[in-house]
Amino acid sequence: MTHYAMVIDTKLCIGCCDCVVACKTENKVPVGLNRDWVVEATQGTYPNLSTEFRSERCNHCSNATCVTMCPTGASHYWNGSNIVLVDPNKCTGCKACIAACPYDARLIMHPGGYIDKCTFCSHRVEKGLDPACVSTCPTRCMHFGQLDDPSSTVSQLLKSRKYKVLNPETGNQPNVYYLI
Amino acid sequence: MLEQLLVSARSNPHVDPIISVWGWEISVYLFLGGLTAGIMFFSALMMILKKDEQAPFAVNGLSLLGPVVLSMGMTTLFLDLSHPLFVWRFYTTFEPTSPMSYGAWILVLFYPVSILQVLSTFRSGYGLLASLVDGFPLVGTVLDWAERYRRAIAWLALPIAVGLGIYTGILLSAFSARPFWNTGLLGPLFLVSGLSTGAALTALIARRHSERRLFTLIDAGLIVVELIVVALLLVNLSTGAALQLEAAGKLLGGSYTVAFWGVFIALGLLLPLILEYFEIRGMARRLAILAPVLVLVGGYVLRVIAVDLGQETTWTHYTSEFNTQLLDRLR
Repeated sequence: MTHYAMVIDTKLCIGCCDCVVACKTENKVPVGLNRDWVVEATQGTYPNLSTEFRSERCNHCSNATCVTMCPTGASHYWNGSNIVLVDPNKCTGCKACIAACPYDARLIMHPGGYIDKCTFCSHRVEKGLDPACVSTCPTRCMHFGQLDDPSSTVSQLLKSRKYKVLNPETGNQPNVYYLI
Repeated sequence: MLEQLLVSARSNPHVDPIISVWGWEISVYLFLGGLTAGIMFFSALMMILKKDEQAPFAVNGLSLLGPVVLSMGMTTLFLDLSHPLFVWRFYTTFEPTSPMSYGAWILVLFYPVSILQVLSTFRSGYGLLASLVDGFPLVGTVLDWAERYRRAIAWLALPIAVGLGIYTGILLSAFSARPFWNTGLLGPLFLVSGLSTGAALTALIARRHSERRLFTLIDAGLIVVELIVVALLLVNLSTGAALQLEAAGKLLGGSYTVAFWGVFIALGLLLPLILEYFEIRGMARRLAILAPVLVLVGGYVLRVIAVDLGQETTWTHYTSEFNTQLLDRLR
């Protein structure tokens, strides 16, 4: 299995939201909907505060509950990798996948009616390019690559830096990593 | 203190600020699905137990309600689909990990068996209608054939009824992302509630006193079992981890307290149990109609609470920085 991962350096991210705009432009996401978003997490009590910016999206989980729960096979792993895609021609709009995602990372695409979400820009990955959000980031805090390859940037970063994933207790094995 | 703000304007409909993808369509479907399970279960059981004398309606007339009620439920289920032209995709595959896929196929198994049930009792249950069509060629032969195998058909119907009833609960309980649903007790709870509503409906429609009494007794027993399952569910939630505790809090003092304790427990279980007790004792006959109606209302309220509350419980809590209502103007 090709194991794709995104590694985002929260020490470099300034929360500019360029990734959000890049995604909307690249994937022609309809007005008012978003496939990725930025969270500002502030911890502590004034004046001892620390802030972390996180660019969030579908975690393309290795054990994706949205794929497990899909009754028609519309939610599927792309080419035997961990990239989770939805096939609009199989999706009935039953919305089980939305309820099944512990990260609330799926959205209903209007007006089509089928479910849409982040694709890790599989159409770009296919050509050897980075996802649009990664290639746009002005602070270069986002990285994309394969974890099977020990020499890839993402593997090296996870070897050398402290990191976390969101809610690992879900058991979904998310693949968006945050360097902390 | 940890404050998590959404700084990009995310407001995906039905996802933000809380998941609200399933509405009344799903509650109605789960209720009618459970009711259908009860209808099929008791019509089959009474046939197997040869209760023709004591419970003639359950043996001969009840099964016709099965396909009618389930078809209404499937209509609301269809209304919920946001990509409805692709509904046939449920039947081009079987997904062994998805309870919804099992459900889609159980519904397909249900119809032929249910229709066989109706055929096998058509002459005895709907004599007038049967006499109208009996003269046609083949019809008589089919009815003869179905009547000969009526007990075999009933044995076939029993597991399908149980499967249908329990699936409506398993459907929700398989969502690990929704802490309130994620308990195995939801399957038994929905099954017992479905059987109870089925028994109540039979008691409501049956004309013969012996039959009303029998189904009142059955329903009272099922209500007691349901109360026990509900108690176990509350123990399960209120002794759980943070996410379960949050879900339990909504029932124990939170926004669903009145609906759960006041409507479901008090009006939908306890009051009908008391009324049924009086009825079995031969008292308060005039209120006989009230108990089954309350049981049916309680069964529906349970589905509404389960569907709505479940979607409110989540792993992800963000506060949006933006007035998301302004975004609606863009759409």
